[in-house]
Amino acid sequence: MGVAFPFSAIVGQEEMKRALLIAAVDPSIGGVMVFGDRGTGKSTAVRALAALLPEMVAVEGCPYHRDPADKVKTCAPPCTVDHADPALRTHRIPVPVVDLPLGATEDRVVGALDLERALAHGEKAFEPGLLARANRGFLYIDEVNLLEDHLVDLLLDVAASGENVIEREGLSVRHPARFVLVGSGNPEEGELRPQLLDRFGLSVEVSTPTDLDVRIQVVRRRDAFERDPEGFVAEWAAADTEVRDTLSAAKQRLPQVEVPEQALETASRLCMALGTDGLRGELTLMRAARAVAALDGAEVVSQAHMRGVAPSALRHRLRRDPLDESGSTARVARAIEEVFGGAEVAAQ
Amino acid sequence: MSQPAAGPDTAGPPAEQRESASATLAAVLGPWDDAALAAALLAVDPHGLGGVLVRGLPGPVRDHWQELVRRLLPPETPFRKIPLHIGDDRLLGGLDLAATLRAGRPVAQRGVLAESDGGVVLLPMAERVATGTAAKLAAVLDNGSVGAERDGLTLKAEARIGAVAYDEGGEDDEPVAGALAERLALHIDLTRIAPRDIGEAPAEAPDIVAARQRLCRVTVPDDAVKALCGSALALGVYSMRIPLLAVRVARAAAALDGRDEVDETDAALAARLVLAPRATQMPAGQEEEPAEQEPEEPEPPPEPPEDQEPPEESEDDEQDQLTPEELAEVILAAAQAAVPPNLLALIQAGLGPKRRKTPAGKAGARKYGATRGRPSGTRAGMPGQNGARLNVIETLRSAAPWQTLRRREFEMMAARAREEGYTPANPPRVLVRRDDFRVMRYRQRTLTTTIFAVDASGSAALHRLAEAKGAVELLLAECYVRRDQVAVVAFRGKGAEVLLPPTRSLVRAKRSLARLPGGGGTPLAAGVETAAMLADAAAHHGQSPVLVMLTDGRANVGLDGKGGRAKAQAEAMEAAGRVRLAGHSALVLDTAPRPDPRARQLAEAMDATYLPLPQADAASISQAVQAAAK
Repeated sequence: MGVAFPFSAIVGQEEMKRALLIAAVDPSIGGVMVFGDRGTGKSTAVRALAALLPEMVAVEGCPYHRDPADKVKTCAPPCTVDHADPALRTHRIPVPVVDLPLGATEDRVVGALDLERALAHGEKAFEPGLLARANRGFLYIDEVNLLEDHLVDLLLDVAASGENVIEREGLSVRHPARFVLVGSGNPEEGELRPQLLDRFGLSVEVSTPTDLDVRIQVVRRRDAFERDPEGFVAEWAAADTEVRDTLSAAKQRLPQVEVPEQALETASRLCMALGTDGLRGELTLMRAARAVAALDGAEVVSQAHMRGVAPSALRHRLRRDPLDESGSTARVARAIEEVFGGAEVAAQ
Repeated sequence: MSQPAAGPDTAGPPAEQRESASATLAAVLGPWDDAALAAALLAVDPHGLGGVLVRGLPGPVRDHWQELVRRLLPPETPFRKIPLHIGDDRLLGGLDLAATLRAGRPVAQRGVLAESDGGVVLLPMAERVATGTAAKLAAVLDNGSVGAERDGLTLKAEARIGAVAYDEGGEDDEPVAGALAERLALHIDLTRIAPRDIGEAPAEAPDIVAARQRLCRVTVPDDAVKALCGSALALGVYSMRIPLLAVRVARAAAALDGRDEVDETDAALAARLVLAPRATQMPAGQEEEPAEQEPEEPEPPPEPPEDQEPPEESEDDEQDQLTPEELAEVILAAAQAAVPPNLLALIQAGLGPKRRKTPAGKAGARKYGATRGRPSGTRAGMPGQNGARLNVIETLRSAAPWQTLRRREFEMMAARAREEGYTPANPPRVLVRRDDFRVMRYRQRTLTTTIFAVDASGSAALHRLAEAKGAVELLLAECYVRRDQVAVVAFRGKGAEVLLPPTRSLVRAKRSLARLPGGGGTPLAAGVETAAMLADAAAHHGQSPVLVMLTDGRANVGLDGKGGRAKAQAEAMEAAGRVRLAGHSALVLDTAPRPDPRARQLAEAMDATYLPLPQADAASISQAVQAAAK
């Protein structure tokens, strides 16, 4: 794959773009699921994000590209670097955005016995898989609903725990695997189990633009990109840099962003109104709102921040009523109207 | 164009090229000419266009067309067929076993897609390609490269391919996987072309070479982009990929024609080959659409949709430059003219351009060995037993850690053998033992397909259509939990109709049900037959069908669509007998106000569970369906 389409050149699809940025600011948000029709730029957005992310500092020679700040004594095999060494060598690398191809086998995903060394030297060595490669970055699965269920389970489990535990073929390895899971899918090709859906932090619905001008713009930009990828990317470089700077600044600001009591209360009221199970909804909503505030350059989470991310954070957590025509998005919108309606007026 | 046609020429010297190609575009275009043009366009930009979806069975026309594609592609261009049963290792690449064993280290081998880089792959029976394979192909078409993580290897290779997918499905087969069909720009239909219609090629190999060089220089004016986007919307083609592909097709057409800028003939051609076959609505006759969405076409061209004569020729003889409005109209008209003639009828039936329903019931062929289904891991075992297949990678993997030990053992045995005066064999590179063998484990998911056959006739409508709908909705909720597929057949008036082919989308199921009108006679036999055919098809795909009939059993319309109670009843019973013979699980929900003996008889004839709706509450219905599914 050559040059990626610039992130800022993507027309519309604001919700998806924002959700991806939120996940980049706060990876603990727990992944993003993008549902939408074909040809809405789902994959384009994720790949564009990869090109946009600021570089990160990592320990040189560590297959898990750990942060030099974690002074672990022994990393997982096959890493031989002493992470506690004061003279630790580090380098700047792009944030990994790993594509999980369909048809990937479990051994490649979690890691397995190193066949080469086993065959050639008769050694039992661990060869890290995709999860190791995705550590501290993003793992992207297109058509997540076509992935084998057991693989999806495994991925979600690792994504939630931040650690990949391998117990197979006589190997016993655990290594860090903190990544943001980004899944995309087309609901027409099979739905995702509701239990899985709930594990994603944010869920975004994208639809094809039906506005003629927007559509023309999409086609024009894409066409310009295809004819001269480098030139097009250069044209958008400034805009992309701006987004990148916003991202870096937001990441730094995030720990200082304050979440007022009132916002927490609103989150709880909203979740109760929607009848979402468990506390995951509230937690995600709070974190997402904080990330949005950081992206906005705000120091305190406001009602508007909450309101903006509530659909993404909650729409996939509703008790599913397969026969409710109105769909989850409409239900969330209704609840938001109820809970925020008064608050909005009060704020003004 | 200004020159209206001299007859389809083959390409001549550059000076005449413009004329000849525009002649080809604007002249009387038979279906063959479009198909041949599609072949030429594919040859110009295989990867950019994604490929061609060809509807048509194997035969002289298709062979001729395929040969044309091959002839137009530059020599040495890969032109590979992908067999239906291809495994991921050959498709995407994998471990080269022979080389691996020889070298004593993993050696990768490229798959067909990587080997076809820069060329064209052929997919016969594309409608049977598994969703997973289609999605992998789609990813390769998108990325221009093939990536795989398998067999302990990471593979990444260029694969800038175009695909020719042959849709050979019959009327009752599923269409080609949407993810794949969407990425193939050109959709052509060879079924209506007779061998005698085969005409000349629109271009020759040297033209293609020239066009390829020109392609990157071709610009697309804004008006053309606008017109194509507008036409796509007006035709109800919503995916953003389609107008993009149309722009690329227009560009390839301009390059083929020897021009550096896309003009209206190119755009019209793109509309005809890319947009029209995907139309889900006609711009004309759409009450709400024209005013708000498509200002460029205030009154859609009045000509009736025909698919052969391009009606926009009159536009050509006036002047070269068209206003954007005119251009949009020309392009829309071109697309419209190519919209299949039966589309309107399909749209009225609320079905869009999907193939649907009826004949050719197949029986039998329902046995599957234990070696089918989705692979789900491996287990220790001997290959060959019960047809179990060896999984080489896992076998090697399990043997690998022991190699040093075994080699040592082997040496010891060899030494002992030498002491005893034998000459020991050379040790093999890899010492594999019986315990190491791993065989593939397959899991065959038996998906249940619940087929609802709803009696929407006047008698039922009067009493309980609403209740029947309610009952179906309850069952749908059950199906959702179990992740079953559902299909809905309705029968009323003169015959039965598949409202919803098997799907997992409950929203669609519910919608199709909500739209279901009531009234008319009761063509019970047709309802049973249609439902049974869906059941046969589901069984044929390895699923377990469950038939749920909601009827009062009072047939009064026969299979021929004519009235006559006795005959209708007899035919219904006969159809029910066939259901019993096929062995489908069935349930009859009697929707009559009072339990009707005829519904009971129908249930008996089908060997179905009988449940009178008046006494059935939600729970007992769902229990009954579950019992029937077992």
